[in-house]
Amino acid sequence: MSKLLKTRVTGMVAAGIAAGLLTLPATSFAQQKAAPAAKGEQFFPVLVYRTGAYAPNGTPWANGYVDYVKLVNAQGGINGVRIAYEECETGYATDRGVECYERLKTRPFVAAVQPLSTGITFALTDKAPTDKIPLITAGYGRADSVEGEAFPWNFPLMGTYWDAADILVQHVGKLNGGLDKLKGKKIALVYHDSPYGKEPIALLQERAKLHGFDLMLIPVTHPGVEQKAAWLQIRQNRPDYVFLWGWGVMNSTALREAVATGYPRDKMFGVWWAAAEPDVTPVAADAKGYQGLALQHGAGRAKVHEDVLKLVHDKGQGTGPRDEVGSVLYTRGLLSAMLQVEGVRQAQLRYGVQPLTGEQVRYGLENLNLDAKRLEALGVSTLMKPLATNCRDHAGARSARIQQWDGTKWGFVSDYYEADNQIIKPMIKTSSARYVAEKKLTMRSCADEISAAAPAAAKK
Amino acid sequence: MLYRENGQFKTSYAADQQILPIVQDRWFMAALLVFAFVVMPFIGSDYLFLSLVIPFLILAIAAIGLNILVGYCGQISLGTAAFMAVGAYAAYNLVIRVPQLNFLIVLVLAGLIAGLVGVLFGIPSLRIKGLYLAVATLAAQFFVDWMFARVKWFTNYSASGSVSPPPIEIFGWTVDTPVHKYLFVLGVAVVMTLMAKNLVRGHIGRGWMAIRDMDVAAEVIGIRPLKSKLSAFAVSSFYAGVAGALWGFIRLGAWEPLAFNVNLSLNLLFMIIIGGMGSLLGSYFGAAFIVILPLLLNQAPAWFGLPISTALASHLEAMIFGALIIFFLIVEPHGLARLWAIGKEKLRLWPFPH
Repeated sequence: MSKLLKTRVTGMVAAGIAAGLLTLPATSFAQQKAAPAAKGEQFFPVLVYRTGAYAPNGTPWANGYVDYVKLVNAQGGINGVRIAYEECETGYATDRGVECYERLKTRPFVAAVQPLSTGITFALTDKAPTDKIPLITAGYGRADSVEGEAFPWNFPLMGTYWDAADILVQHVGKLNGGLDKLKGKKIALVYHDSPYGKEPIALLQERAKLHGFDLMLIPVTHPGVEQKAAWLQIRQNRPDYVFLWGWGVMNSTALREAVATGYPRDKMFGVWWAAAEPDVTPVAADAKGYQGLALQHGAGRAKVHEDVLKLVHDKGQGTGPRDEVGSVLYTRGLLSAMLQVEGVRQAQLRYGVQPLTGEQVRYGLENLNLDAKRLEALGVSTLMKPLATNCRDHAGARSARIQQWDGTKWGFVSDYYEADNQIIKPMIKTSSARYVAEKKLTMRSCADEISAAAPAAAKK
Repeated sequence: MLYRENGQFKTSYAADQQILPIVQDRWFMAALLVFAFVVMPFIGSDYLFLSLVIPFLILAIAAIGLNILVGYCGQISLGTAAFMAVGAYAAYNLVIRVPQLNFLIVLVLAGLIAGLVGVLFGIPSLRIKGLYLAVATLAAQFFVDWMFARVKWFTNYSASGSVSPPPIEIFGWTVDTPVHKYLFVLGVAVVMTLMAKNLVRGHIGRGWMAIRDMDVAAEVIGIRPLKSKLSAFAVSSFYAGVAGALWGFIRLGAWEPLAFNVNLSLNLLFMIIIGGMGSLLGSYFGAAFIVILPLLLNQAPAWFGLPISTALASHLEAMIFGALIIFFLIVEPHGLARLWAIGKEKLRLWPFPH
């Protein structure tokens, strides 16, 4: 009996699989066509990671991003054009990120995409020109993509990792009474062994050559929960400073290891992705003294947060918990969405108030001009400095402050630093030229475009 | 009734030895190929090609490679992703450093380089077996990961360690749109599958299977383990290398060593276990199961209009996917290919089973 039953079951399963395989292409094809955004809406794909090793950091970013989109919709949309959005979970994995991108890019009127992962950014950089969808990487991504002539579709708004590394060196130089005093000092870079963590190395090596400090490179493999070997190296070599280029659980693990090794936390400096609440709260008081960069904004609520609370959270529409509003990564997600919305708004000036294609939004992002008055109106004037982009500069800003964890909250301990363009600009030039040569692309000419745009601007 | 072989007589050795001896199978295969090459390009969407079919085909090639090693020759390997990485980086370096090479030649050379590395890491298989060998191949995985992350030359001194190759061009044909990419990958997959089929049914394949079933006995009847085992490693790594080059150039477009980590090796091993060891068809089934099913599970709630959060959807995806793996392994430990074979057996007797 049981044998008969078994063969019958297996036979049925086989038939089911066969049927499933045959109908699979047809159904998924139909599904792709069957999910259009409502007509007249601007579509924002939202690549997030709410699961996996990086979820503690990915979730507040995603909540901030989505909350801002909801806020704009609650206020009537971008000049009346509502925003449709859909989340897709990438788990910080490059192949899943590419899949999410392919899934969401088919919607009408995709404004731009923000992957929140340097690995996914690299993969999408390859695809953006063909799909004509701009790539916003606010505070991350390829450092050389600042160069709009080589990377017309990439927008590393607010600063890159080269800016971040440069500012950290400037800061430790200042602590020592001048950059020339760094000679003979040892700086260790504890980095996430991925494109994200490796991105600052080129600049730090340049600076090391310039000022004569020793640079120790200490990679930590993904996801970064195992760092005993890295910290053994630090204990042996006793670097004067440790720069932490971690993400997710790697940051809190590094701080724990620092406690265990007895490395002074106030000699540790994190990049802006390693200086948020999820990084220090697991270590809490032990992390006291740890410092990190603030990508213009730190923690704390501004007017825009009050708006979000009033128009989104009070209506029961909040994406995450209420007390997360105003945390570092939440605010970063919020500002990332804000920059995208402002890009669309800028593009509307030229192409009319209607849903726009990625190509049109690209124009807006390249001509962003968020002056103090505009920031005031947006309610973010306490969070960021004015930002303006152009064809040659896709970042728009390159300044940051240092913040310090006092055991319970983040507070600023320095004034704004400006990344040194004299060092970074030539590096960007060489690197982007090499990219263009390797990919067999041609550089576009900004000079031509600026002269072509001048009459149009004069008319406005 | 539809699938009967009565009256199909084989009157020559050639007829008896063909790959698909039953006429219905030949028709089915011909129809499938016509559908894949001619009909699909017109009805498929970009998403279908780029996210489902292309990764499925590429990983199926890699799974065939692993199946040759594990399923046919009986040598467990946990280093397939490493050989894929060798193929991908070899192809990248060939394209960057010798730009005048045709991409087809690059693909073959990348496969050969991966094959060489495979032989190198296959040498321990002459002395150790089973799980011990699995651990030895794991060393390949970590060594290759380390090499591509640390030796800058392989990444052409890229600042971030991530490489991004130029577009593929073959005799003036630029493989850039989703349909072109699909057709190119499909062509490679068909050729590679045919090659594998002919290898495993010839004397080389019989040698592998003899080694798999009992290496001492195989040695006694005159099969040299050295040649058989190392050739299985070489062929397997060749397939992995070609698949790796395609994965990097066509699927990802830009990649870092993390794209070929041990997770991918394990996934490939799951593919052949679920699909069916020692079956080329099983490699395809397994690849479909591992590549396509999670994406369908992930999107299914949205299709039914269930308003669940992104996080819950991906947790559900992992849970259902895991449960299904266990279900299939319990129902049919010999893999989906065995279910397919049972289905065919039933069909022969249908509608009058005795």
